[in-house]
Amino acid sequence: MKAKVLRSLILLCGVLAAPSARAEDNAAPQAPAGPAACEVPSYLLATESQLPKVAEAVKSEKPLEILVVGSRSTTIPSSEESSYPARLQAILKEKLPSEPVHVSVELQSKKTAEEAASTFVKLMEAKRPTLVIWQTGTVDAIRSIDPDEFRGAVTDGVTALQNAGADVILMNLQYSPRTETMISVPPYLDNMRVVAQEHDIPLFDRFAIMRQWNDQGQFDLFNSSRGPELAKQVHDCLGRALAQFVVDAAHLGPAQQQN
Amino acid sequence: MTIADQVTGSPVAGTADAKSTVEAKPRAAAPAITLPVIGERELRLDLFRGLALWLIFIDHLPPNLLTWFTIRNYGFSDATEIFIFISGYTAAFVYGRAMLDSGVVIATARILRRVWQIYVAHVFLFTIFLAEISYVATSFENPLYTEEMGIMDFLKQPDVTIVQALLLRFRPVNMDVLPLYIVLMLALPLILWLMKWKPDLTLGLSVVLYVVTWEFDLYFSAYPNGFWAFNPLAWQLLFVFGAWCALGGARRMSRILASPVTMWISIAYLAAAFYVTLTWYVPQLSHFMPKRIEQWMYPIDKTDLDVLRFTHFLALAALTVRFLPRDWPGLKSPLLRPLILCGQHSLEIFCLGVFLAFAGHFILAEVSGGPGMHALISLCGILIMWAMAWVISWYKQVADKSGSKTKNAVGNADLAGGG
Repeated sequence: MKAKVLRSLILLCGVLAAPSARAEDNAAPQAPAGPAACEVPSYLLATESQLPKVAEAVKSEKPLEILVVGSRSTTIPSSEESSYPARLQAILKEKLPSEPVHVSVELQSKKTAEEAASTFVKLMEAKRPTLVIWQTGTVDAIRSIDPDEFRGAVTDGVTALQNAGADVILMNLQYSPRTETMISVPPYLDNMRVVAQEHDIPLFDRFAIMRQWNDQGQFDLFNSSRGPELAKQVHDCLGRALAQFVVDAAHLGPAQQQN
Repeated sequence: MTIADQVTGSPVAGTADAKSTVEAKPRAAAPAITLPVIGERELRLDLFRGLALWLIFIDHLPPNLLTWFTIRNYGFSDATEIFIFISGYTAAFVYGRAMLDSGVVIATARILRRVWQIYVAHVFLFTIFLAEISYVATSFENPLYTEEMGIMDFLKQPDVTIVQALLLRFRPVNMDVLPLYIVLMLALPLILWLMKWKPDLTLGLSVVLYVVTWEFDLYFSAYPNGFWAFNPLAWQLLFVFGAWCALGGARRMSRILASPVTMWISIAYLAAAFYVTLTWYVPQLSHFMPKRIEQWMYPIDKTDLDVLRFTHFLALAALTVRFLPRDWPGLKSPLLRPLILCGQHSLEIFCLGVFLAFAGHFILAEVSGGPGMHALISLCGILIMWAMAWVISWYKQVADKSGSKTKNAVGNADLAGGG
């Protein structure tokens, strides 16, 4: 959402500059290093909230235990090793070579934010992570849960995670153009942004990032093929972006320069 | 004050000559409401309703270049407010006159006929939606979106879903406005009957209902769960306010509307709202937003017509009325003709817009995405809406010419939003 002004300004310039309607190529800035398709404009990864516990763990060279709590869009059916949590672990290990990083996943498929949040106290006792990445909102949007209740549930969940001593990152919904006419996503995106703002925690804007990829033609998210390739590539890029996001938000030194 | 003075009503800051009103209705008992003369159409209403229809269409498409021209990006309120307000205004204008001329029963019957038309339109759109979603359900198997495909689960129980849709409880995305409109129109006989008696009290009751709705969190439940995306108990305020303005309220407010204080308050409020919306897109700016205000302000609730949205609409309307006089020559300009035409047939064009948004999504999915295609689809959609409005106008003219000459000056359904 936040990126819309910028993006459309870029597009506007592109459209004005080029007589052809398809102008997005002109407007794209020069690609930085890394897989071209994974390119994410820096404003989509900018956050002012911080991850003090992660920074401290890295500074004192304690192992970094990351827990991803998510619904089914956190995994790829029958290719878990290519899903974004697995990619996150691999890329964080590259970025932080001296740091033992372990990413575990708590899959809560078909659970609303409220149902997921009710498990957090026990979950945190069992796992004791430094950082929890909570992906939520999709199930609530599908079931059109009252957005106010949703916000309350996310607030409760974040509070429970913070009270258990972890840093928290919220991750919002996927951009799913095929179901855009069927699932009303904006209220859930907005409420997650509000909760993130209120608690001063970073929000990984998966929705905006994926839409950016789709709009810029890096991925064709309308693709209806059954094969897992597209899903694998998207998750790889999400894992990269998320790793970058964690490193930036925790201010983990020169690693920030890598992409 | 004579009776004639009392009944000389005029919508929004002075309408046609008072003479014809005097002959139109110096009735035995002066009604509490005042009606403007049937004369020239109020083109500003058509213009802004047409604009609202275009904006609703654009907002229903995936975000693209044109989305940046829609007013929701520059403040709190959006096209829905304009649409509901003008609908209330025109409905009260047309059926209020019918109620005075032909009595409550006849007017109620006419309103119910209109409600039926809107209902049928809604069911028609639902059928199109079902076709689209069934197609996607059978053809789309991208493993990236296994979770999102859960939305198709309702297809497993078509019996329940379709009945719930007919009851207006199951409403897919983008199909929320018509059910709201249906409920508001159903309440219109009561609203008009009360307004005939005491307009200000009616508006007061509407405000009370709005406050009670907020206080006790009243809502219309939806299927399978949740509630109506536009809560009629809250949105009625805008509709009743529109009706109140149409029945003389606007004229009585004209002093307030003309005062520079109102103007500056409106400008200041709109500027503040614009700044707040900017912070959504340029987060760096939110440093300058006091946390207190943020916490008090958010979320700005669309479902229950947040006060901030309502006041934003009021400010917009106040400035519009001030700077766009009724006899502004631009209203006759051919450039604005497409908008006005669309506004004059709002039910048809609204439905067409929803359908075109579905179709647009479909083309984006099947042919190609990309901003160029997006912009092209938006433009084509607007052209199609314009063409359709033109055809309807043309047909109406032809039909009116060959049709009965008994067509009286009593406002027709056309003015109340197409038909």
